[in-house]
Amino acid sequence: MIKESAYTFKILRYDAKEPERRPRFCTYRIRVIPGLTVLAVLLRIRDEIDGTLSFRCSCRSAVCGSCAMVINGKLDLACRTQVAGFNTDTIILEPLPNFEVIRDLVVDMTPFWQMYDKIQPYLIRRSHAPEKEIPQSEGERRQIDQFVNCILCACCWGACPVLAREPGYLGPAAAAKLERFVLDSRDERPASALSLVNDEKGVWACDTVFRCIDACPKDVRPTDAIVGLRKAMVKQSFKKILGKAKDET
Amino acid sequence: MIDHDILIVGGGLTGLRAAVGLCDRFNVGLISKVYPVRSHSICAQGGINAALTNNPDARDDSWEKHTFDTIKGSDFLADQDAVEIMCKEAIKIVYEMEHWGCPFSRFPDGTIAQRPFGGAAYPRTCYSSDITGHVLLNTLYERAVAKGVKIYPEWFVTSLCVEDGQCHGVVALDMHSGELVPVRAGVTFFGTGGYGRVYQHSTNSLTSTGSGIGMAYKAGVPLKDMEFVQFHPTTLIGTNILMTEACRGEGGYLVNNQGERFMKRYAPTAKELAPRDIVSRCIQTEINEGRGFDHPLGRYIQLDLRHLGEKKIQERLTGIRKICIDFIGIDPVDEPIPIMPCQHYSMGGIDVNERCASEVRGFYAGGECACVSVHGANRLGGNSLLETIVFGKLAAQAISEDMEGGIPKPDEKPLLKLKDEVEKKILRLTAPGREKPYQLQADLGVVMDQKVGIFRTREQLKQAVDKLPELKERYRHVGVSSPSRHMNYELINALELEYMLEVAHTIALGAMLREESRGSHFRTDFNTRNDRDWLKHTIARMGDDGGPAMSYKDVVITRYQPVERKY
Repeated sequence: MIKESAYTFKILRYDAKEPERRPRFCTYRIRVIPGLTVLAVLLRIRDEIDGTLSFRCSCRSAVCGSCAMVINGKLDLACRTQVAGFNTDTIILEPLPNFEVIRDLVVDMTPFWQMYDKIQPYLIRRSHAPEKEIPQSEGERRQIDQFVNCILCACCWGACPVLAREPGYLGPAAAAKLERFVLDSRDERPASALSLVNDEKGVWACDTVFRCIDACPKDVRPTDAIVGLRKAMVKQSFKKILGKAKDET
Repeated sequence: MIDHDILIVGGGLTGLRAAVGLCDRFNVGLISKVYPVRSHSICAQGGINAALTNNPDARDDSWEKHTFDTIKGSDFLADQDAVEIMCKEAIKIVYEMEHWGCPFSRFPDGTIAQRPFGGAAYPRTCYSSDITGHVLLNTLYERAVAKGVKIYPEWFVTSLCVEDGQCHGVVALDMHSGELVPVRAGVTFFGTGGYGRVYQHSTNSLTSTGSGIGMAYKAGVPLKDMEFVQFHPTTLIGTNILMTEACRGEGGYLVNNQGERFMKRYAPTAKELAPRDIVSRCIQTEINEGRGFDHPLGRYIQLDLRHLGEKKIQERLTGIRKICIDFIGIDPVDEPIPIMPCQHYSMGGIDVNERCASEVRGFYAGGECACVSVHGANRLGGNSLLETIVFGKLAAQAISEDMEGGIPKPDEKPLLKLKDEVEKKILRLTAPGREKPYQLQADLGVVMDQKVGIFRTREQLKQAVDKLPELKERYRHVGVSSPSRHMNYELINALELEYMLEVAHTIALGAMLREESRGSHFRTDFNTRNDRDWLKHTIARMGDDGGPAMSYKDVVITRYQPVERKY
């Protein structure tokens, strides 16, 4: 027999369509077997206790990025977080910060996707495509590895202190996506493409306090991307100045 | 009312590829019940097959050999003309995806890396570590963003509108606002995915309900070969998270409680890399005969990767290692992985031809929700990612041609009528009811797991077939907890459940009637393949009594006469 343990789940509930009802914690007591994830318990609460509870989920294996939330103060995917991983029998769940809540743990991710769209998140090529693959060495492929792993779950967005005070900020994930292409040996975007994020709401807004790195469930380091993009921009502007100086002589 | 020339339902690989192929010339809309990058395509791990001949051990490979492997793997139920098209196209689409930025893993010479996979004579599975679905889906989503495809994220299609043999569009629920919206389109294309969640244990995402398949069926579109359900040999015990076939492709062993690599006994040549139907049955046999390991969550077999070494595991199976550590506290570098087989893939689906056209004018389908058929009775690993993109592309071409030929204008009236019906349905579902949808879904899953599983008998299948009308009757009393319509996942579940019950019914009845064993469909009471009577596709239509009415259709055979499958 597997021994069950009793847990208390406190979940922050709110419905944007009923703004008069303030955000409030609902408490659920549930017995769980060892090895269960927070998502597995959320599903049981919804299925067996309270069908009105709203949260996103899909793959349950930490690849689709649906179930990011705040779990006992820590940003993570509910599907990969073990209930028994905290030294307490109380689990507190809150929606991702820095977003408007639609309902319960479901937030409106529109601003996140707008920033994603903004940075031209696709490979840009100017030369003709070869008949077969564009050659890329193993080393070149490794360059983009960590950024390719991003699942767009927005844990980094929720963790970002800049976004908490500056809602128009680019955010860590979009910067990581841009760097993924800038570093890709096959990408041929013009240098001017960086100007999209070369301002005080772009990469220069970052405090470089690495909260996004701590929050990322896939070991992506968005701050590396931001620092890399800044360096590329500085290099570009030096080139411009030098180029100009050359013209003048 | 929203209008589009072409409406695509599903934001996975098939839907996105179709949208990318059509959006330059037509007014295209794409509806997805999740943000497209959350689609189940993201879960594919191991790779995508194409005879690129990059691997030094595959210099003699060709699309013809890929075709033969696929047909043999299908236990000769696949339509051979369609398989030829897919395997030829495979090479083009892998290069196309690479040109669009897909970050495949590379060989030292800079070409796309390829690994061995089950049932394939050559190592032809192109991959990106063990996140191939993730990189392909992201690449296609990036393409869709580059092309400005109009996407309706988190909209749920409730019903397909077919009248007088023509499709007029769909009725959809905007999950953010809770509004019910008719969407009119000359062509509707479904890339809505498989039905894994009809089973209790499945590797599939929770969103893989098969509701698109059931929706088409209820609207009068026939389904094909629904009894062929793939059970994946290696899923993590407890959560049933997929442990990619690449674990064995990279050299992993399957071991029983005697410490024996038992696959040598069953498939002396291919061993662990026999096709999935065979390996799943072998694992289940080992467990049934007492050679499994005991665990509180069930009996299991070991998937042993330890001899591959930390470097190879970390490099090629990064995600698998992380999943094992996160979900079961085991590092495969040090310990074998406890695995069991469970539902993984839907070979059957909406009956379409190699152009993805159904018999209903203006309605097309592709990918896992459809059955062309290229997988027949058993799909080879690495062929599902392939199918999604190839047929997304080919569907776009076929739809373009048909649009030029002139598709009759879709009508507003049947759509408005349908919207009223859905409105009533939702009112009924949001009124108090004694049945909870999740409970009913769970009960359905148990029936399918226990009665329509890896090993099947007439008696058990009959029990499932008899049980389904009872579950459908219970469905009439379903009521959800909240009447509000925005982000009400219980309501979405209740709407999907209606279709899941229909899908399950066609699977169970198809399996009961097919008195032979072929590919994934194994009958202990008819344990051999019977080409004389059963080399044919099962076609299921919604009958007048509400149950499926079955008929059969010939398999297309071009060059390869059925032979016994040996591995």
